Amino acid sequence: MTATTEAQSHDRLVPLYILSSLVENKPGVLFRITNLFRARNFNIESITVGSTEMPDLSRMTITTKSDERTVDQLVKQLRKLIDVVEVTVLDKEHTVYRELALIKMKAIDPPVRMEIINYASIFRANVLDIAKENILVEITGTPDKIDAFKNLVTHYGIIQMARTGVSALPRG
Amino acid sequence: MNGAKALLAALEKDRVEIVFGLPGGANLPIYDALVDSGLRHVLVRHEQSAAHMADGYARIKRKVGVCFATSGPGATNLITGIATAYADSSPVLAVTGQVALAMIGKDAFQETDIIGVANPCTKYAFQPRTAAEIPETIKKAIYISESGRPGPVLVDIPKDVQQTTEDIFFPELVKVRGYNPVLDADFSQIGRTVELLMNSERPIIMAGGGVILSGAFSELQALAELLLIPVVTTFKGKGAFPENHPLAMGPIGMHGHAEANKIIVEADCILAVGARFSDRSVGRFDEFGKGMNIIHMDIDPAEIGKNKLVDVAVVGDVKASLKTLVKMLSKQVISRDKHNPWLKRRKELIDYYSESIKDYTRDLTAKKALKKLREILPSEAITTTEVGQCQMWASLHFDVISPGTFFSSTGLGTMGFGFPASIGAKAARPTVPVVDIAGDGSFNMTENSLAVSVLDDLPVIVFLMNNYMLGMVAQWQRTFYNRRYMGVHQKSCPDYSKIAEAYGAQGIKAQSVDELDKAIRSALKSNVATVIDITIDPEEDVYPFVAPGTGLKDMITGA
Repeated sequence: MTATTEAQSHDRLVPLYILSSLVENKPGVLFRITNLFRARNFNIESITVGSTEMPDLSRMTITTKSDERTVDQLVKQLRKLIDVVEVTVLDKEHTVYRELALIKMKAIDPPVRMEIINYASIFRANVLDIAKENILVEITGTPDKIDAFKNLVTHYGIIQMARTGVSALPRG
Repeated sequence: MNGAKALLAALEKDRVEIVFGLPGGANLPIYDALVDSGLRHVLVRHEQSAAHMADGYARIKRKVGVCFATSGPGATNLITGIATAYADSSPVLAVTGQVALAMIGKDAFQETDIIGVANPCTKYAFQPRTAAEIPETIKKAIYISESGRPGPVLVDIPKDVQQTTEDIFFPELVKVRGYNPVLDADFSQIGRTVELLMNSERPIIMAGGGVILSGAFSELQALAELLLIPVVTTFKGKGAFPENHPLAMGPIGMHGHAEANKIIVEADCILAVGARFSDRSVGRFDEFGKGMNIIHMDIDPAEIGKNKLVDVAVVGDVKASLKTLVKMLSKQVISRDKHNPWLKRRKELIDYYSESIKDYTRDLTAKKALKKLREILPSEAITTTEVGQCQMWASLHFDVISPGTFFSSTGLGTMGFGFPASIGAKAARPTVPVVDIAGDGSFNMTENSLAVSVLDDLPVIVFLMNNYMLGMVAQWQRTFYNRRYMGVHQKSCPDYSKIAEAYGAQGIKAQSVDELDKAIRSALKSNVATVIDITIDPEEDVYPFVAPGTGLKDMITGA
């Protein structure tokens, strides 16, 4: 096994936690939260912030691959921040969570281009742009699904990729 | 009313009487407003000392201590003091001037992003952008600072905001929706605590700083006496329990009492009250408390499981929790024998270690000096310390009898803290003697506060155990670096009694126990600050000693 695949297989064993929090929608809040992660050595996979149905509150979704005790500390430390109004750890079974990725890959030969377009349709991804030498695909789904698509197309040569991080809401 | 006047009025409405500070360009409007204000202003010689004074005041008064500084260097100079207060959960309110709103972000003269700098060492940092916001901001700042687990809060006010005149409204109540400290006692968890305590044979109470912060002295004593449980403290908790009490064992930790370190590893159940299992207190986290039941009472939910996983967690104000615990226990039939094996073991350990710790035979040692101080000083006197050997000697050899009369920079370990903090404590309780148990290295850092002590009539006693050495570092270099000394010799400079005299204070040299006796008595009678310069052998080490990265059982006794 190469170092990368070992790391990848270890990665798969560590569960992904999704935290959803409501925070004050005002300047400096994101700084306070990310500074907390740095100061207390928390390792974060992704963090997304956006508006909610309430104009004075933002929703922040944080994902982390970690153990239960670390997540417990993370939640408690977040709750301690004055600007954080609410934090919950979402139960993945009862949560809808999605991420969006834009992937630009090399595609010169027509058969390769067809293959990529086929894969994209199987993954319900959209081809957003086709240029002479590359294709840009938009894919939405769980981080696992995006990883799977990314792994499938890596060998074509990924030129650029942008992932949004996870957004989530509980079901029901 | 302008913003500066609104600030001072808001402080006065929240019962603030005194501020420690230093003016500069960006807080001139505040100083102008101070001329007509009822607030007492104490001018410091360095902003770090202003924060320490506010901290010392807050710890004794048990309400917010306030300090002022200008923008840029004034504000950054406060930071060491703010970080000290944060590490020890002390309610300090720092009000800094800032460059005008339009200049923020332009790298203006004396501009610092103090909100960013203060973020990791404050509970919160505000920057009001209109004069009208100031009263509400101050009310919130004081509420956040004093409530729950206390801590410092910073309010940074741009100069034009201080100057603007607006209609000012002072709210009676404020609400901070993201801040809801848990205060009430948790009955179900206290029920489990009762069970564990009743079923343990070798229980121990580990009292931390939370007991002092919540003033839970009588509740703690009632609990210990009801169940006959020996009480150790953390260093921050020193003086949470009278150290001359028959159940007292003194502080645990790196330089804790040997018998305390020993008894806690032999216990089968630990009740930690307002303590945070710091590395300095418990040594290795994985080794501490192995195989024992641990009950953790704390006001801060984030402390539960941070350093140590526990069996029962009681989140809430420890005073309320202890009160409930005592009430529940008093309904039970308790048949604890005064001569039970556990209390016998306590006595055994105390007797054993009273003779097996390295002692020094010189006429005047740190231990003898501190015993002499204790003998003469009234029990209600307040003592604080600097940081290093002097601090650890104080922990070991100076018994705190009246609860809540001792404090020190225990978390951050800030050299230079003790002296300005003692001045703050004197301002909070002018009727009792206040002593800073000091070493030369630390005192040297903030000795210019002598000017404040003399000019503002806040006389304190500096009990300076002087070995002209950064003694604790020297001890580590002796112990772990084969006596390869580097950067520790102070080489008889300066002459501290002359320094004292230069500021108009009293300086006395003491080279024997007799001279020290006279010096302490003279200092207690003096109406100016007294520096007692006590000659200590630079080779005198602090024992016992738990080396870093080891467990409490691996104590070095030096003998």
